Amino acid sequence: MRVRNSYIGQPMERTEDMRLLRGRGTYVADVNRPDQLYAVILRSSVAHGKINTIDTSRATQLPGVRHILISADLGVVVPKIPLRLQPLPQLEPFHQPMLADGKVRYVGEPIAVVLADTPSIAEDALDHIDLDIETLPAITSREQAEAMPAVLFEDHGSNAAITWKAFKGDADAAFASADYTRRETFKVQRHAAMFMEPRGFVAEWNSDAGKLTVWGAAKTAWYNRRVLAAALDLEVNAIELIEVDVGGGFGSRGEFYPEDYLIPAAAKLVGRPVKWTEDRREHMMTANHARDIECDVEIAVSRDGRFLGLRGLAWADIGAYIRTNGSVGPRNVAQYMSGPYTFENIDLKTTMLTTNKTPSGTYRGPGRFETDFIRERLIDLVAKDLKIDRVELRRRNLVADSQMPYPLASITPYDSSTELDSGDYHAVFDLCMKEFGWAEKSKLSGKLIDGYYHGLAVGSFIEGGAAGPSEDARLVLETDGSLSVYLGSSSVGQGLETIMAQIAADATELPYEKITVNHGSTSHVKNGHGAYHSRSTVMGGSAILLAAEKLKDSIREAAAARFGCAAGDVTIDGEQVACAGKTLALAGLSDVPLEVEASFFNKKYTWAYGTQAAHIAVDPGTGHVKVIDYLSVEDVGRIINPLTLHGQAIGSIVQGLGGAFLEHLVYDENGQLLTGSFADYLMPTASDFPNIRSITLELKPCPNNPLGTKGAGEGGLIPVGGIMANAIADALSHLNVQPMELPLSPARIWQLVEDAEAIRAVA
Amino acid sequence: MQIEFELNGADVGANVEARTSLADCLRDNLGKTGTHLGCEHGVCGACTVLVNGEAVRACLMLAVQANGEKVVTIEGLSGDDLSPLQASFRKHHALQCGFCTPGFITTAHALLTSEPDADEERIRDVLSGNLCRCTGYVPIVEAVLDARKFYAGQKEKA
Repeated sequence: MRVRNSYIGQPMERTEDMRLLRGRGTYVADVNRPDQLYAVILRSSVAHGKINTIDTSRATQLPGVRHILISADLGVVVPKIPLRLQPLPQLEPFHQPMLADGKVRYVGEPIAVVLADTPSIAEDALDHIDLDIETLPAITSREQAEAMPAVLFEDHGSNAAITWKAFKGDADAAFASADYTRRETFKVQRHAAMFMEPRGFVAEWNSDAGKLTVWGAAKTAWYNRRVLAAALDLEVNAIELIEVDVGGGFGSRGEFYPEDYLIPAAAKLVGRPVKWTEDRREHMMTANHARDIECDVEIAVSRDGRFLGLRGLAWADIGAYIRTNGSVGPRNVAQYMSGPYTFENIDLKTTMLTTNKTPSGTYRGPGRFETDFIRERLIDLVAKDLKIDRVELRRRNLVADSQMPYPLASITPYDSSTELDSGDYHAVFDLCMKEFGWAEKSKLSGKLIDGYYHGLAVGSFIEGGAAGPSEDARLVLETDGSLSVYLGSSSVGQGLETIMAQIAADATELPYEKITVNHGSTSHVKNGHGAYHSRSTVMGGSAILLAAEKLKDSIREAAAARFGCAAGDVTIDGEQVACAGKTLALAGLSDVPLEVEASFFNKKYTWAYGTQAAHIAVDPGTGHVKVIDYLSVEDVGRIINPLTLHGQAIGSIVQGLGGAFLEHLVYDENGQLLTGSFADYLMPTASDFPNIRSITLELKPCPNNPLGTKGAGEGGLIPVGGIMANAIADALSHLNVQPMELPLSPARIWQLVEDAEAIRAVA
Repeated sequence: MQIEFELNGADVGANVEARTSLADCLRDNLGKTGTHLGCEHGVCGACTVLVNGEAVRACLMLAVQANGEKVVTIEGLSGDDLSPLQASFRKHHALQCGFCTPGFITTAHALLTSEPDADEERIRDVLSGNLCRCTGYVPIVEAVLDARKFYAGQKEKA
């Protein structure tokens, strides 16, 4: 078959950029409706307490205050937020109510919503609400959660919510007969996605039509619409959720939060449009936190360096409630700890503990960033103990091409299994070593140059993508011959409009310039699942391929009617159709738009994979680490747009460096968040990590979807914490410094150096 | 309070409270929503605008302080076509979600207008006052470096 277009694989400059670069984008804070009120939310300043009284009478009297919504406005039973993923009945006691219901369990929990003529008046009114909260002991650590000076959910009687168990083979037997085992404890700190655009909503209730319109949807609009409809007792079709430009997601934005209900509920209650935009402090104490695990884990290895087994326990501090996708990270820690290496025997458990902190959810590479830190640290410790070169040890244990598909551990409850689909892990590893110049740079290991100790590290990773069950695409050939593409996929800023137009252009053979892509709003297609688990390109893109075939059928039928021939005799040639020597243009072919819709279903994950290497230098006097070179090599099966893929790879690595070195949501013993501003919560800046390189490959196409592509964009950050900790250990090997906890802040590294020097002095 | 100033080359007026920030005035009173609010405490730089040619955080400046001054927002830096700096951002894929982008463009424009020969270290130093969560900054720095040629000679002309 002749391929007219070949946009897939081209570094197309993005369509989105034309508006975003000129300040012409429309983010949700840019949306306004006539006669709108402004919502500001009264939030708990106490981490754990019983609400005795809320008195809004003084605040309601302020000029410009229109209404103050409290839990009594929400009916006899305050609705709760159900789980989008792993909706197990045993987790129901931990679902978050839309407004605090008798108790507050974290600083930032919504208690009331003020509606006023201006945001300033609404903020002023907060100070006039009289609130009596009886303080209870705050649970802020694993030890306290287990010792139980208080329980968050009295009816449940324990602060432990659930335990996930990953299993494969016979771990106990493997450990009993192993030549060598090592057991260690690790911690990964609480941090968060921290996208740049604060969350917000504008909601409008049309009582005559019985229709609710909400601007500000992201990520999972169709699921959120179902939740909202149930909570407001409306038909699903009475609600339209509209996605405008979205300023970053990384897993956190677009999940169903209390405000997803409160703002529409307020609009419906008062009969006027309501607008809400969070501020950064509010964001930091309300949007999903992530990571925050401790782990006690053991590895079994044969004398010749073959990995035999992993077993252990992890504890995930999930905060005060379980959020929509709150199990994903803790579960992944257990299920994916083996990464790209052969482990035939696994017994790993993660217990989710509730504490009086902000609830948590997924953040880019959920569970993987944490578990890769643990695994890659263990591998370097094994290499040191067994005196096997750490590069060779990894090569010896990477899953081989001939082992594909290779099963990972299964997980229970909410049982699931998955297998690595394809890949040449060794080839990518070797390419990374070569491009990095490992042989030459490794001569610097442990060397002191100009006051800095130099260190190297390497690590490999897997990146899951393409979660099912399905995605819809609707293609409309307009009467002027242009093509409109409507998708269930969502954009959180990753360039969806561009890459989907590339896929659609190749699939339909229509001019790229005549294609517009619309996404993420519930009116576009019957059903959608959205942007998570690196699924948009695989799922939405494959749906376009299916729809394109249907559209061609539709075009042939329309042409056959015009030509008076059989549809099977019509040929499509770009923007023309032909039959028996006669031709017609697609523009004007039909008096009405030709419209088709298709769903792509998928049960199998895609597994992109790669290897990263780093060269760093540590100042032992300050604990400061310079990243001198960082290289990532990843195989994604097939690249749609190298420009956007490369951009996400680099951006992801730098986020990972933020998590490795800087970012930390710190609480005090009263459950107060100490890092509630960008002055306290440090993220990477332009001057921190200038030397980042990324190579992306199309080595092994994915066998499980028609595009042959794998979900990508999260991978970059997955191994970063482990690689940085290993590089520091390499640099400071003369002191046997072994970082077991993130972040690798200057203070922590400095302390490790101090402790090691003290030990050496005694010895 | 009634204030008057020059916005993107045109005279404008607005009636604001004393406590209204310049950012809120630009967005809410004058419809210039390209100026974005990412933190409202002066750290992220998304709201950066040019006041008399200097890069300024519009969330930290009161609207009344702009009275009689010359303010340029992201909307004032190009017409129907992208400016050379904006085109360079597009070429180097120096934006993903685009939320921080107006602040980076205004900041880089101010820098290259006064220092068209700024080197990479200088560019990184100046841009380190703006936060971007998507790009890792590498392509932003490449875009600004590449755009220097369009600013060379501009200073003399001005």
